[in-house]
Formats: sequence, structure tokens, C-alpha cells
Amino acid sequence: MAKIASAGNYGPKIRSDCMVTIELTDSGGVHIELISKVKDFFGDHIITLAQDELKFFGVKNAKLKIEDQGAFDFVIAARIEAALKKADPSITTSYLPEIKSHCTYTTSKDALRRSRLYLPGNSPKLMLNAGLHGADALILDLEDSVHPDEKDSARILVRNALRTINFHGAEKMVRINQLPLGFEDIKEVINENVHVILIPKCESKQQVLDVNESIDELNKTESPVYLMPIIESAKGVLHAYEIASASDNIVALTLGLEDYTADIGVTRSKSEAECFFAKSMVVNAAKAAGVQAIDTVFSDVNDMEGLFENVKQAKAMGFDGKGCIHPRQIRVIHKAFLPTKQELEKAQKIVEAYNAAKKEGKGVVSLGSKMIDAPVVKQAQHVLKMAKIGGMIQ
Amino acid sequence: MKKADKFIKNAAGRLVPTIINGKQVIPFMGVNKYIPTHRGAAPRVPTIIDYPQDCNKIVDTLKDALIKSGLKDGMTISTHHHYRNGDYVANWIFDIAAELGVKDLVWAPSAAFPCHAPIIKHLESGVVHHIEGSLNGPLGDFCSRGKMKGLGYLRSHGGRYRAVSDGELHIDIAVLAASASDMMGNANGVLGKHPFGPVSFSKTDSKNADRSIIVTDTLLDFPCYPWEIMGNDVDFVVVVDEIGDPEKIVSGTTKVTKSPDRLLIAEYAAKFVEAAGILRDGINFQAGAGGTSLAFVDFINQRMIEKGIKARSLIGGSTKYLVDMMNNGRTDYIFDGQTFGLEALSSLRDNPKHIPIDIFDIYDFHAKSNLVQMMDVIVLGSTEVDVNFNANCVTHSDGRMLHGIGGFQNCMMAKCTIIAVPTFRDRIPVIKDEVTTLVAPGELVDVIVTERGIAINPRRTDLIEATMNSGLPIRDIKDIKNEIDDMCGVPIKPKLSDEAVAVVEWVDGTILDTIWKVEE
Repeated sequence: MAKIASAGNYGPKIRSDCMVTIELTDSGGVHIELISKVKDFFGDHIITLAQDELKFFGVKNAKLKIEDQGAFDFVIAARIEAALKKADPSITTSYLPEIKSHCTYTTSKDALRRSRLYLPGNSPKLMLNAGLHGADALILDLEDSVHPDEKDSARILVRNALRTINFHGAEKMVRINQLPLGFEDIKEVINENVHVILIPKCESKQQVLDVNESIDELNKTESPVYLMPIIESAKGVLHAYEIASASDNIVALTLGLEDYTADIGVTRSKSEAECFFAKSMVVNAAKAAGVQAIDTVFSDVNDMEGLFENVKQAKAMGFDGKGCIHPRQIRVIHKAFLPTKQELEKAQKIVEAYNAAKKEGKGVVSLGSKMIDAPVVKQAQHVLKMAKIGGMIQ
Repeated sequence: MKKADKFIKNAAGRLVPTIINGKQVIPFMGVNKYIPTHRGAAPRVPTIIDYPQDCNKIVDTLKDALIKSGLKDGMTISTHHHYRNGDYVANWIFDIAAELGVKDLVWAPSAAFPCHAPIIKHLESGVVHHIEGSLNGPLGDFCSRGKMKGLGYLRSHGGRYRAVSDGELHIDIAVLAASASDMMGNANGVLGKHPFGPVSFSKTDSKNADRSIIVTDTLLDFPCYPWEIMGNDVDFVVVVDEIGDPEKIVSGTTKVTKSPDRLLIAEYAAKFVEAAGILRDGINFQAGAGGTSLAFVDFINQRMIEKGIKARSLIGGSTKYLVDMMNNGRTDYIFDGQTFGLEALSSLRDNPKHIPIDIFDIYDFHAKSNLVQMMDVIVLGSTEVDVNFNANCVTHSDGRMLHGIGGFQNCMMAKCTIIAVPTFRDRIPVIKDEVTTLVAPGELVDVIVTERGIAINPRRTDLIEATMNSGLPIRDIKDIKNEIDDMCGVPIKPKLSDEAVAVVEWVDGTILDTIWKVEE
């Protein structure tokens, strides 16, 4: 049985994190060693936190070493819990930090999802201020950005982050691992004010149903947990509609082009021409199912012009949102999703005509000599909403 | 002799000594309350008959120059910091002094850098008694631990210039590095192998020191022009192979920050300036060379392009960014007190609208006007601020002295002074109940911009009113502090001893605060 285990990160370039190493011993009581750059300010506090946590888990004999680079309490607590559970897998309880009141807001099915910022699930530094940059949604990622050895540790960290960090109203998403590992992730975070679960490499309706079954079994809260399946394979693309329409709590369909291009045996190009079919399929499937279509990430964080063009293209295809991996991409994405002046003028005319017709009790809306159908009105209303959010109109 | 004696509480409520290194000093009396009435420094009167008839003042070595200058125990030696972290000259001076067995010198640099760590051994052995001017990095750490024999004396750039000119800081020997000089000592910082920019910090040294030595690695035929330092003020000229480490001399060059949080701070600052009506055609502003300040300039530049307006002048820290702005018609003039990078250097040399300025002209309390007063806005960094808008830039929250004051205090005289800081660093909150060391009184700090919101000094009702409906996150500073304390936890106050190790002087020469020894 492994009696020594570590969790966390420590090094000269690491900030706001710590490495915890625990050795479970048979006698001698608890010994805590703290190396911390904030020891003068928080040393006693950190030691007390560690003592309380070990007491909670009933650990009577152990050597605990904390190497700290200014980690917040919720991070230190998560690292201790992760190290302890590695050293003693029989432990199943959780040491939960108190939920902050700023963590308990809700979201809605048709919330704006123009931008969703990926945050690596094992890097607390990037989470702390993530809510300040105006993203519509934040994704705490447990999948590709987390090393396979760190999955357990990241899961506990993400759980604590969801209970602690003020994300300032951004929709909170968690990308779980591929099933069945993803079920472990659901178990840890489902009751922690998470709004949307992202299902990676989704290829069938059954996967969505399996996820929902797990959620229904575990969710103790009143608020629904929404789903966003990610299409990342040829098979997934072909099954896009059955996935998008698999259940009522799906809010959007998105796609991942790195894995998709690998799957179909091509290299991903800047124009993404080779992905046209997949993108079209996802947009069509999403719209047919009445959910949002969200485009993949744009990986060159230094190319803001390229990003802008890419998002314009996505918008033209019918996408409602875009993934991002750096906060500076957010505003560029939001700008690209603004309607053009012509689009806005046209939408204003349509909505005016619709309102006038409604006032006069007319069943048919017309603009000039043209009849206007309900979906066109709906689209025009959406354009006005986007223009208002973007500050183009009052 | 005690380092510091007879402490009293000054007008800022800080406990300060009234006797420092044996000399009587005046405690801070409040902003613009102290009016000096004495006359200025009285330099030694030389005669032309004491100097070579052919005006050639070259001596073989710096050691010869120091001996001929009469180097002896207790003297004050000054240097400037234009060679930044690549400077060789200051270390040579004290190595020579040690070799000659001289003791108890005072070093008065315009700033110190980590490359000056070798001077610690001279502080330990007694060659150097104490440092007046700026203490940072390893020297600041040494002083913080109470190891310096005398009391450290921190002055702002403008304060140092003033102290030299008004006789408070008498310099016995000024050793002035120049990138080019002729045999007579006409010297500048724009020609030669290793140009650095204007000699702005050193003119007063050359005028008021008893002896001035030029050290250069480029000897030009007479006349070396521009002659920012006049050969007629110079006693000796020393020619060396290399005056500094070329790689580290340019290490001060700066880039716009890439940190998303810092970019957000810079953006808030820029938007605030616009919302407050400060950003208009003909604006004058000072732009620091730090990453956040440069990002601020970048945002302002973008807005000026969009609005089709331009600045009348920018004060640098001149960088490539400022030069690009001038070349693109976004400012009429650059006033340059320190130059970073080759693009800025060639602009300074070749463009008559890129004007070298003396510290006297921008910052000095004794000047009859100051360029800094003309500045519509200045953005500064800080180690700590407090709920009363007081600011600290020399010590960290643990009390250790790690930075010089630079132009920080002097910039407080601008029309709008903005401090741009993150709300926490490594879990340690930056907004305190009370700053560890008072460097700028709160009445002069107009705005504090953080990534979590903008706090306006309640005294600036005009700014509060102007930005009320701007949509910017304008918040009470206590509200921001509460949020951060909730995130970070409230740190325990560090234990500081009651032994003074240094003082912070206000721009007018009065003593603003004391820096205390850090308990090991």
C-alpha cells in the first residue's frame, strides 16, 4: 500500500499553488513542515488549516510537507485531500470549503455563449481572476489539459474552486473526461454550482443518456445541469443530430477540430476548409434540435486579426459562439459576433414592421412588398439583442 | 554617533528621527508646508591656473583620478545609474578606495542595481559607511537587516537633484560615466560605443561637486558635442576599455505586458482617462517604461488614432513605443529623461522634437516651474497602497526595502496621478489599512486602478462626477479591499524592530517616514 503520496505543483515559475507530500506513519503524531513564500504572513494560518483537515480525515500519525508559492486556502485544502487520498485510497469523504455566496448564481438554457474560456483544471493561478475578463462562460477543464496522473488531484481542485472563486456571473462549465472516467468527475462536481457539463468525444445518443442518468442519480440541487456535447470524430459528425436532440437539457453542440482532423486523416489548415462539412453538420444538427452551435477554439493567441476573421466566418455559418484559450481573445470574439450596420438596420425594420402588425392585430407581417415569416422575425430580434449587448443600440 | 536619534511624530503621523548620521533634519510638515529660506550649495571655487594649459585633463587610471581628487575618509562620492544593471564604474570606485585603505565613505548614486552587490563587502568592511539616494535589490536587503553602519537615505530623483543643488547633500567627488568625452571633459550620453541617453541626473553633480571625474570608453577629438556636461566643470578624464556590460546595459529595455490581468488594469486606466475627459487633443502625459505603463500608452494610442487627436508632449522613459507614436503623428514632442533601446536613442540624437531634459526641469522642488505639473495624467506602479490612498514603492509588505523611489514622489505633482496595481501578489493583498512605508501622501494620489475596479480619491470630486455614468467599475477602495481580504485572508503584520535602518525623504527635503529593521 502506498503510504507516501504527493499532489500539486511547486517550482520557481509556479504561482498560487503548492505541492503537498504526505507520509502516513504508524506512530509519532502529526508533523507538518511548511516552506512558503508567504510564511511571514500566513504561516500559522496554513499550519492550522492543515491540522484541521488532517483531524477531519482522522489522520493521527503523518508527516506532511507543504511547499507553497502563495496558494489560497481552497488550493492548499484540495492538495492535502488529493495527496491523502492517493496515500490511502480507502478514504471517501471530502473536506469541503464553505460555499461562498457569490458562487450560487444560476444560468438559463438560452444564455449567451459567445465566448467560453478554457481553464486547465490543475492550474489554480489561471482560475483566480478568470471571471474578470468578461467571458460569457468559463470551462474548468478536467480532460486534455490535465495530465493523466493528475486527474484525481484536478477534480478535487475544481470542486473547491467552484465553491470558492467569484467568477462574476460567467456561466460555469466543466469538461469531464471521456466516459467512464468522466463519471468520477460528475460525482465530484455535480452538486457544486456547475451549470454545464461538456461531454468530450461524444459519438452517440447513448453517451448523453448515460451522463444524464449519472447526473439524475447524484444531483441533489433544484437547478438543472445543462449539457454541451463535443463532436470530435467522423462518427460524431454523422450522429450530430441524434446527439443534439438526445435530451432536453442539452443547450449547445460544439466541435473539436484537432481530434476530428486526426480522425479523418488530414492536417488542420488555417482556413479550416477541410472541416467545412463537420462545421455545417454541427450547425444544422444544433439548429434542427433547437440548441446553440458553438465553434471550436482558435489556437494562435497572438493573431487577433486571424481570430477576428475566423469568428466572422463562424458567425456567417450560423455559429453562436467560439471557444477561447486566452482572456485577450474574448473581446475580439464578442466584437466579431456583433451584427454589421446593414444587418442591424434590416433587423430594426423587420422588428418595427412586426410590432406594428401585432399592434394592428394583423396575422401577416410584411415589409414593403415582402412577406416576413416567423423565423426571420426571431432572427431579427436576436440581432437586436446582440446589438444591445454590444452597446450598438440603447 | 547614533544612526538615528530624537524621534518625533511628523505631520503624516509617522515616527521619524530628527538627527540622522549626526546631522539635524526637518520632519515632514505636510505637502507644500516647508518653505526653505537659505541659499543653495556653495561649490569649491577653482582657478584656471590649477588646470593644464592645453586643457587636456586625461589621467591614466580612475585610481590616479581619485587620488588626485584627494580621496579620503568620510567623503561623499556620487555616481549616476544610466548604465543600469551593467554599470562597472561604481564598483571600481570602492574597490580602489578599499585598496587605498580609505574608510567611511558615503555613496550617493541616483539609483543602485543588483550589479552593485559587490559594494556590500565594502559596507561590511567599513570602506562605505552608508548610502544616500537609492537602495534596492541586494543592497536594500542588506540595509533592511540593519547591517549598514550609517542610516540609509532614500530620495526621489527630483529630491536627490534638489539635495545636491541646495547643499543638503554635499558631494566631494562626482564620478560620472559618459558614453563619449573629449580630453577636456566635454561629455554626453548619446555618442560613443555605449550610448545611454541624456545625462539628466548628473548635471547638478558636475556643477556642485568639489571634483568631477569623467569616465568614458569613447574618447572623441575636441569638441565632443553635444556637451551636456561641460568640460569646464570637469577635473579629470579617465578612458577605459569598457564602461559596462553591454548586455546588461540594454537590459532595461521594456515590452508591453502580456499578462491578461495587467492588460486589464492598463485598459481600465486608459478608459478612465478618456471618461474623465483628460484624453483630448493636446494632452500631455508621462509614460513609464514598465510593462503596465506601456500597455496603458498602447491603449491611449489606439484611442487617439480612433478619435483623430494627438498629444502635445510625452515625458519618457522614452522607448520604441513613444518614438513610433511621434513618427506616426500622435505626439508633437517627447521629453526624455531616460532612454531605453536603440530606436529611442537614435530618435533622441536625430529628431529635434525629441528633447533631452534635465531632472531639474521636470522634477525639482526648487525649480521655478516643473514639466511634471504640466502633465495631464501619469500612471505609476506601487508595492502597496492603503485605504487613505497613501502609497508605498520602496518596501514590500514584509518591511524589506527592495526598490528605489525613482520619480514616484515627483510624479505626484501631475494633474491626475494614477496608481495601477494588481489587488494581490502571491496571496498578499496590495491594498492595506496602512502602508508599511509612506512614500507618497494620500492627498496626492488621485486614482487607484486595479483589475477589480477603480477607486477615486474622495478629494477628487471632479473626477468622481465626470466618470459617474461611464459604466466603468468605479468602487469604494474599502469595498475592493474587503473583497481581496475575503479571497486572500488577512495577513498578519510582519514583526519589525524599533531600530531604524533608513529614512524616506519627501521632495522638499523633510523626513516623511522611517524604514525599520526586519526581524530575521
